[in-house]
Amino acid sequence: MEKFNKLTGVAAPMPIRNIDTDMIIPKQFLKTIKREGLGKNLFDEMRFLDDGSENPDFVLNKPAYRNASIIVAGENFGCGSSREHAPWALKDFGIQVIISTSFADIFYNNSFKNGMLPIKVDAETLAKLMEDAERGANATLTVDLEAQTIEGPDGGTVHFEIDSFRKHCLLEGLDDIGLTQQKTSKIEAYEEKQKTAQPWLSA
Amino acid sequence: MRAPSTLFDKIWDAHLVDVQEDGTCLIYIDRHLVHEVTSPQAFEGLRTAGRSVHRPQATLAVADHNVPTTDRSKGIQNPESRLQVETLEKNVADFGVPYFETDDIRQGVVHIVGPEQGFTLPGTTIVCGDSHTATHGAFGSLAFGIGTSEVEHVLATQTLLQQPAKNMLIKVDGELPPGVGAKDIVLAIIGKIGTAGGTGYVVEYAGTAIENLSMEGRMTVCNMTIEAGARAGLIAPDEKTFEYLKGRSMSPKGAAWEQAVEYWRTLKSDDAAKFDAVVELDASELVPEITWGTSPENVIPITGNIPDPAQESNPQKRAAWERSLAYMDLKAGAAIEGTPIDRVFIGSCTNGRIEDLREAAGIAKGRKVAATVGAMVVPGSGLVKEQAEEEGLDKIFIEAGFEWREPGCSMCLAMNDDRLEAGERCASTSNRNFEGRQGKGGRTHLVSPAMAAAAAIKGCLTDVRKLEAED
Ligand code: SF4
Repeated sequence: MEKFNKLTGVAAPMPIRNIDTDMIIPKQFLKTIKREGLGKNLFDEMRFLDDGSENPDFVLNKPAYRNASIIVAGENFGCGSSREHAPWALKDFGIQVIISTSFADIFYNNSFKNGMLPIKVDAETLAKLMEDAERGANATLTVDLEAQTIEGPDGGTVHFEIDSFRKHCLLEGLDDIGLTQQKTSKIEAYEEKQKTAQPWLSA
Repeated sequence: MRAPSTLFDKIWDAHLVDVQEDGTCLIYIDRHLVHEVTSPQAFEGLRTAGRSVHRPQATLAVADHNVPTTDRSKGIQNPESRLQVETLEKNVADFGVPYFETDDIRQGVVHIVGPEQGFTLPGTTIVCGDSHTATHGAFGSLAFGIGTSEVEHVLATQTLLQQPAKNMLIKVDGELPPGVGAKDIVLAIIGKIGTAGGTGYVVEYAGTAIENLSMEGRMTVCNMTIEAGARAGLIAPDEKTFEYLKGRSMSPKGAAWEQAVEYWRTLKSDDAAKFDAVVELDASELVPEITWGTSPENVIPITGNIPDPAQESNPQKRAAWERSLAYMDLKAGAAIEGTPIDRVFIGSCTNGRIEDLREAAGIAKGRKVAATVGAMVVPGSGLVKEQAEEEGLDKIFIEAGFEWREPGCSMCLAMNDDRLEAGERCASTSNRNFEGRQGKGGRTHLVSPAMAAAAAIKGCLTDVRKLEAED
């Protein structure tokens, strides 16, 4: 997994609740067998008009936000399917941080596995950050994972919570399969125990 | 003395391989289902790192999302869909994972196949790169969806790194009125707690209305738990569960069966177990439910009116409702009943099982699909299809004017050729009504199989109880 430490970037406001995985990356783009290349279809149905041209009203098509690396979004971001194509598409587009009051569980997990940082904040903080994000080209935020802070364009700082294991893995860019494989003896001991206790599962 | 624990706690504790200092748990995964859409990158990851599959026999693969529901003998026409299925076929061969081919009678939607084969068993942990893995919780197994990186983790280690979840009890007591079923129960629950209501929880469903449901009905309820944001839904196993599993091809046999059942009988929450949240519902008050918007929480009774955003005080919610109404082309305040429809879809891992087809056929029998409606029935698996044909359900559907298709996910998410055209309105037994879910610009109303069949006959959204009353 890739490391994440500190990021300064433009934050795009998406004050919509329940931004679901079908909106983030519609199913016609799930037919890929690769992780890369999904960015061009991120938010496809909102981002493009029926004739394939860009929808000028969509936030990521506006000049100030074309290079956004942060999204500030309404509650329950990433609900719906388990598709990891959603974080892959966001990341491929260049989004590394998403800030919301809540995330769907699977999306939240998936983001970390791809070196991205989903940040949960309270409603008041979100409203403030949404306002910051609405300032177009001046909507720059600095996210510092080590310090667990978000610094706004005016220099004000808010603190966020994150569980220590996820933080550690992200800061170090750890490969969690490799980590787990160091525990192979424990896994094998479990399997031995299960063979006696629930033999029907090993048959 | 051990503190009273919930069913979830018991299954969780029984699967702990390791607990880190910070509380992160390594849990053992007993069963892993794999499909073609969320697995290619995981197998690729294994290959790149030179890793193998830790326990291939605990894994079962099937292609379902991309498969055509028309004649398959000529293979898959769409080149990308074909590549994805072929990639799965190559991966299962390379890594020694059991697989049901697309022309195998056992092929079908992954969450229908697992229980049908007895691969799904009480007390187990089950995962799949698919959010509707929650379905399997109907057997008293802890079953949840994971992303592709986690699929790779399970393939390589047969374990997952997880944080424990909170416990929610949803208790549904009372007797369901005629014309109201499992789908209406779960729609009502989502309408009540909202799409984020279950976030961070594992839900246990209990109460007499849940106990009285068939295994198919219980699977429908657990299936849509994810639509309420919860990680998993669980129902304590009982005699019905054992009856369903007995004799299935992968179920334990002989002495092992007796031993398993003895253990499975212990799988229930202790009377004094504490839940972090409790939701109660009176089944006798339920009516046929329907969604009006583009979120599964937008639920109203079929007898109800479309809500008016002006009456919603939360500005984000109001904006979402306005957006939904515009997308769905509906008018605030109007009755939902009588809204004309173009298409009907009966199928999916929510409602593609034999009992669902019987329920729909009961309404379709001796009636005709309205001339303005295109309606299709897609059995959840080859075995469901075979059973339905033995019972003559296919004939009932065909005579009524429904199309009778081959098994797969089909128009639940429209990755194959089955999809809505822009502007088309559909009564669907699937689980998601998101914008574009059944085809770009398509409009989805989630309903029960009986309600979908009734809509097909009437040509509009209608209260199935009226149709039943005409018999
Ligand atoms: S039927 Fe629909 S919800 Fe179920 S697995 Fe297939 S696509 Fe997913």
